[in-house]
Amino acid sequence: MSPVSLTPSPPVAVTPRRPRLATGLLLLAALVLVAFVLDVALGPVRIPMLTVARHLLGLGDAADTATAFIVHQIRLPKALTALAVGSGLAVSGLQMQTLFRNPLAGPSALGLTAGAGLGVALVMLTGGGAASALAVRQLGLAGSWALVLAATAGAAAVMALVLALAARVRDNVVLLIVGLMVASVTGAIVSLWQYFSAPEQIQEYLLWTFGALGGVTGSHLAVLATVVGTGLALALASAKPLNALLLGEHYARSLGLRVRRSRTLIILSTSLLAGSITAFCGPIGFVGIAVPHLTRALLGTADHRLLLPGACLLGAALVLACDCLAQLPGSQIMLPINVVTSLLGAPVVLWVVLRRPIRSAA
Amino acid sequence: MSLIPPPAAAPLLAAENLTIGYAARKKAPRLVAGPLHLALWPGELVCLLGPNGAGKSTLLRTLAGVQAPLGGYLAVGGQPLASLSPEARARQLSIVLTERIEAGHLTVRELVSLGRHPHTGWLGGLSAHDHAQVQAALAATGTAQFAPRPVGELSDGERQKVLLARALAQDTPLIVLDEPTAHLDLPNRVALLRLLHELARTLDKAILLSTHELDLALQAADRVWLLPATGELLAGPPEDLVLSGAFAAAFQHEGLAFDVATGTFELHAPTGLAVQLLGEGPAAFWTRRALLRAGFVPTASPAAWRVTVPPEVGHGSWLSQAPGQPAQEHATIANLLQALTKNCNNVA
Repeated sequence: MSPVSLTPSPPVAVTPRRPRLATGLLLLAALVLVAFVLDVALGPVRIPMLTVARHLLGLGDAADTATAFIVHQIRLPKALTALAVGSGLAVSGLQMQTLFRNPLAGPSALGLTAGAGLGVALVMLTGGGAASALAVRQLGLAGSWALVLAATAGAAAVMALVLALAARVRDNVVLLIVGLMVASVTGAIVSLWQYFSAPEQIQEYLLWTFGALGGVTGSHLAVLATVVGTGLALALASAKPLNALLLGEHYARSLGLRVRRSRTLIILSTSLLAGSITAFCGPIGFVGIAVPHLTRALLGTADHRLLLPGACLLGAALVLACDCLAQLPGSQIMLPINVVTSLLGAPVVLWVVLRRPIRSAA
Repeated sequence: MSLIPPPAAAPLLAAENLTIGYAARKKAPRLVAGPLHLALWPGELVCLLGPNGAGKSTLLRTLAGVQAPLGGYLAVGGQPLASLSPEARARQLSIVLTERIEAGHLTVRELVSLGRHPHTGWLGGLSAHDHAQVQAALAATGTAQFAPRPVGELSDGERQKVLLARALAQDTPLIVLDEPTAHLDLPNRVALLRLLHELARTLDKAILLSTHELDLALQAADRVWLLPATGELLAGPPEDLVLSGAFAAAFQHEGLAFDVATGTFELHAPTGLAVQLLGEGPAAFWTRRALLRAGFVPTASPAAWRVTVPPEVGHGSWLSQAPGQPAQEHATIANLLQALTKNCNNVA
C-alpha cells in the first residue's frame, strides 16, 4: 500500500481516451453508411452499385422507372426501416440494461414485445383473419394498419401497466420481475388463443413473429421514424441519469438524481422505441440485448453520452448487415429477419464475451 | 498535526429528537432508535459504533436522506433535510455504501467523475473546474495512478479508496461512509482510517463512518457515537466513553468483556490458576496475553505461582516458580507455557 499523499500530485494526462472514442464513433458512422448503401444495392433484382448510388443521390436516370421504383419505393424504405429498427432496439436495450443493472435485460424485459404480440394475436386469431391474410400477402407483414394499431395498442397497454406499477415500486429488481411476469402472462394468453385457433390463423401469427423490415413505406415509415426519433431524443436526454444509475439507485439518489422521474423517462423512451418497432416490424430478437454489449466492448467506456450514440450506430449497422444477409445475395430467397439477427448475433456475443479473460463477473 | 479544530459557528448536521425506523403501511411504524440528538462539526472524524442490530445502517441511511426519519428534526447545512431539493442535498452530503459497484467497464476516472453529477449541466459535461476537482480527489486518496483502470479490476482496498475519491469529488462538507473497512485486510483498514482522519483535518470536512473495528475506531475517531442495542445514543471522545464505562456497557449484550486497561475486548475468559506476573514493558504485556490464552489468570498480587519476565526484550529469560519447587528458566514464552502447563498437571 502506497503512503497517502495529500499534496496535489503532478497532473497526469486527463482524457487520453476521448480521441480514440471519437474515432470509434466516426468509424461506426462510416460502417452504417456502407451497410446502408449495400442494403439498397442488394436484392432479387441485380442493380449495379453505381446506379444505386446515383439514385440515392437523386442523380438517377429518370427514364429507368423500374430501377427508380425499386430503389425509392422498396429498397430505400426497407433500409430506412432497418436503420430505425437497429438504432431503436439497441438504445432501448442499453437503457434497460443500465436501469435494471442486468446484462440480460433487453427491450422485451418490460413485456412490451409480448404486449404487441397480444395485440396482433387479437386481430389475427379472432375475426379479421381473411382481411389480414390478404394484407400480409400484398404488403408484407407490416403493411396492415390494423396490425400496426393492434400491436401499438398492446404495447401501449403493457407500458401503461408497467408505468403505473413503476410509480408504486421502489426497487428496480422488483420492477424487472414485474415486467417479466407481465410478459409471461401476456405470452400465456397468446398461447391459449393459439390453442383454440385454426391452424391457418396460427400460421399467420407465426409469420408475424418472424419479423419483417419490408412493407413499412409511406405514411407507415413516417410514423415509425417520428416515434423512434422521439424515443431516441428522450434516451439522449437520459444520458446523465443513466450514468448515475450505473452505481445503483442508492448512489444515484445520493448524487441528487430524482430516481423515479428519470426511471419514468427511461421507461417511456424504451416503450416508444420497442413498442413502435415491434408493432411495425414484428418481434426482432437479439439486437436489443447484444448491441449494448458489443458497443461497450468496442468503445471501452461506460459513459452513456458515448454509449447511446455508439449503440445507435452499431445497432443500425448490424440490422442493415443482417438484412443484406437475409436476402441471400444471388438468390431469390428472403430469410425472416428475426432468424438472421439471432443466428448471426448469438455467436458474435459469445465471441465478445469469451474473448476477454473473465474478470469479476460484474 | 492533530490539533483540535476550533468550534465552528454551526454544526454541518444537526438532529433533535430524531426517531428512525421503518414506516409500514397500515401497521404501526417500527422504531429502530431514538429520540436521538446529534451534531457533526467541520474537521472531525466521527465513528458510529454499536452492536449488530442497534440501527447503525438505518441511522446512516436516514442522515444521508436515503430513508425518511419517523419523526424529529434533521438539518444539513443549517436547513431541514426534507426541505432540500435532491440536487441541493447532493451538494451537502456524499455517501460511500457497502454495496458493490457492478459496472465492469467503468474506469476509475469515470467513476470518480460521476461524483461531479450534482455540479454539472443536464448532459453531464465536465468543465475545467470539474476535471480539477476529480484530479484533486484522485490525488488526495492516492488513486491517481489507477485512473485509467476499469473498476472491476481493482482490489478491495483500492476500490474503497476510489469510492472515497468519488465522494470527495462530489465536494460536499459532509461525507458518510457505511462500514468502509468491512472487506479490507488490516493494513488497508489502518490506512483507510488514517486517510479519513487526515482528510477531515486538511479539508475541514465532517466525516461520519460506521465500523466494527472498535480498536481502530477508538484510536482514529475524534468523537464516537455509541449506539447500544437498547438505550440512548452516547456521543463523546472515545476516551471519555471508555473511562465512563459506557463503552463496556454497550457491548455487554454480546457477551463481550471490554478491558479498560488495554482498550481491547477480551477474547478469553480464563478461570484457571492465578499467576503472579512480575515485570513491565512489552515483554510483560505479551506474556500476560499468552498466560490469558493458556487459561491462567495473570495478576499483580502475590500468588502461589509466579512468573518473572525478562527486563529487556531480547535479553534474559523468563523465570517461573511453582509452589514448593525451584525456579525454572525459559528462553521463550513457548517454553514457559509448556513448563507451566506441565507443572500444573503434576499438581493436579
